[in-house]
Amino acid sequence: MNRIDQLFKTKQQRVLNVYFTAGYPQLSDTLSIMECLEQSGADLIEVGIPFSDPVADGPTIQESNGVALENGMTLKLLLEQLKEMRRTVSVPVVLMGYINPVVQYGIEAFCEKCAEIGVDGLILPDLPMFEYLDTYKPAFDRHGIYNIFLITPQTSEVRIREIDENSNGFIYMVSSASTTGAKASISADQSDYFARVKGMNLNNPTLIGFGISNAETFDKACANANGAIIGSAFIKAISQEGEMNENIEQFISSIKN
Amino acid sequence: MKVQVDERGYYGNFGGAYIPEMLYPNVEELRENYEQIVGAAEFQEQFDGLLKDFVGRPTPLYAAERLSEQYGANIFLKREDLCHTGAHKVNNTIGQILLAQRLGKQKLIAETGAGQHGVATATVCALMGVECIVYMGEIDMARQRPNVERMRILGAEVRAAKSGSRTLKDATNEAMRHWINNPTDTHYIIGSVVGPHPYPEMVARFQSVISAEIKTQLNEKLGRTNPDYVIACVGGGSNAAGAFYHYYDEADVKLIAVEAAGKGNETGESAATTVLGKPGVLHGSKTLLMQTEDGQVVEPYSISAGLDYPGIGPVHAHLHETGRAKFYSVTDDEAMKAGVQLSRLEGIIPAIETSHALAALNQMKFNTDDVVVLNLSGRGDKDLETYIKWGKY
Repeated sequence: MNRIDQLFKTKQQRVLNVYFTAGYPQLSDTLSIMECLEQSGADLIEVGIPFSDPVADGPTIQESNGVALENGMTLKLLLEQLKEMRRTVSVPVVLMGYINPVVQYGIEAFCEKCAEIGVDGLILPDLPMFEYLDTYKPAFDRHGIYNIFLITPQTSEVRIREIDENSNGFIYMVSSASTTGAKASISADQSDYFARVKGMNLNNPTLIGFGISNAETFDKACANANGAIIGSAFIKAISQEGEMNENIEQFISSIKN
Repeated sequence: MKVQVDERGYYGNFGGAYIPEMLYPNVEELRENYEQIVGAAEFQEQFDGLLKDFVGRPTPLYAAERLSEQYGANIFLKREDLCHTGAHKVNNTIGQILLAQRLGKQKLIAETGAGQHGVATATVCALMGVECIVYMGEIDMARQRPNVERMRILGAEVRAAKSGSRTLKDATNEAMRHWINNPTDTHYIIGSVVGPHPYPEMVARFQSVISAEIKTQLNEKLGRTNPDYVIACVGGGSNAAGAFYHYYDEADVKLIAVEAAGKGNETGESAATTVLGKPGVLHGSKTLLMQTEDGQVVEPYSISAGLDYPGIGPVHAHLHETGRAKFYSVTDDEAMKAGVQLSRLEGIIPAIETSHALAALNQMKFNTDDVVVLNLSGRGDKDLETYIKWGKY
């Protein structure tokens, strides 16, 4: 069974998914950050594949992408770094990135490699459902890799149903019309959207991301979905001075209190 | 060969709509409505009226006698440089602002490289009394300062794109991010035949007035609608798409696209995408793209800010792949010399983008009775500082 399914089978509430950019702050931090995240209580880990033009991301993740690329991170190197991750990391792992590096690697080879090293799913925001179903899905299916779709406050109910039909793992609910890390709180409009989606009783679990930065926003998100995704705030936490593992532990415990 | 966008938004192997879900409703709204809006008689009437009275169309098709003598062919210049605001870009911004109004969008954003599209957007926003924000790379703002001030005089807000390489590609990223953050009340006027479907075809349609006029004007002058050659420069490729549009399917017309080779295609400082690029995905479409083996987008270089883009429109990638258009590339120095040459021979100082198309004449062999139409896409006023800095005139 895919580890994502396994996770949601045993835990339906307060699932914490943490994003970080591979190769940031240092090139070879990838695996140690993942290990520390698991030990600190993250339920799911989302590893960002850095890209030169991350259009869906705000300044914090743009910056981490830029630094990671300057450090020399590539998709090939990342897969090499993750080669033996299943010796020390047992939570589900999802890779998040933009489609172009994946296309250059080759979609079939990429899915095959992901399955081999124990990656459970992919989030490719600029691979829309139409193109996925038209061209890419067979490779995902052959290797048991889940494709995670996004929905936003502007996504129509009809389309949410369509996405739900074609999803596995979970649905990534973008909290507001924004790039990552843009907004610090959750407004009344967003609460309406959360309630609307909750009322649809989707087949897939939902995790809320974008603008989730602290215990308060995490709690609010968890009241409306199976859990939440934290990215920019975590990147800021590991950018701070001090011992990184301590920063990670402190940050995760501040979220989960 | 038929050059046409299919239902999925592809020209052959290139195109599509590779956009994050946050942009899906906006792009879908556009896709669903634009053909009907643009096809309506009332829209066409207003569009044509503004092109005539505000832009100054039709632009002349000018028989350049001394240039023709130089190259031993009959060369005609399509004078897009005489459009209001100094380049063809305004054809598209007029079309898109009329479209935006019909979609009920009150705010407009745009990206710009050389500033010509930014100025053309700021101009139509002033004309219609609409709020306008233009994203421009910080580096481009410095090298195209007069255009920055023109936009400001016209009442637009110019925002510096400070991310990445701080040029056109990053201005486009920032405009897309702005649109993600403001999805309901804002229309994004893309300035070239790039971006997610339906943008490439929509922009080409608004620019197709160029080749429609060439056909009529050439017929008036020579009794034939088709020249032997149509030549245009290509950055993203909007002026070329406009000049080629009504000739795509006319096999007797050779289509010549000219890219910027910067300091030379072997130097690592070039913007010649068809020479240096391979298929990839950027800014919403699959196209030819300058990139590393890892799929990171490479920063191009050209003396001309308007050609300094790491991709080309998907239609041009298709024209290249199928061999329907022939591509040349021209270095900074060759382009600058060609710009000065046209100034001396015909009394027209061209934009440096256009000078690349002119320089390609040196690489071509003509018969004396060949009819050549070169799209003179813009005038050189904005480039004076670059001409002065180059200095060899």
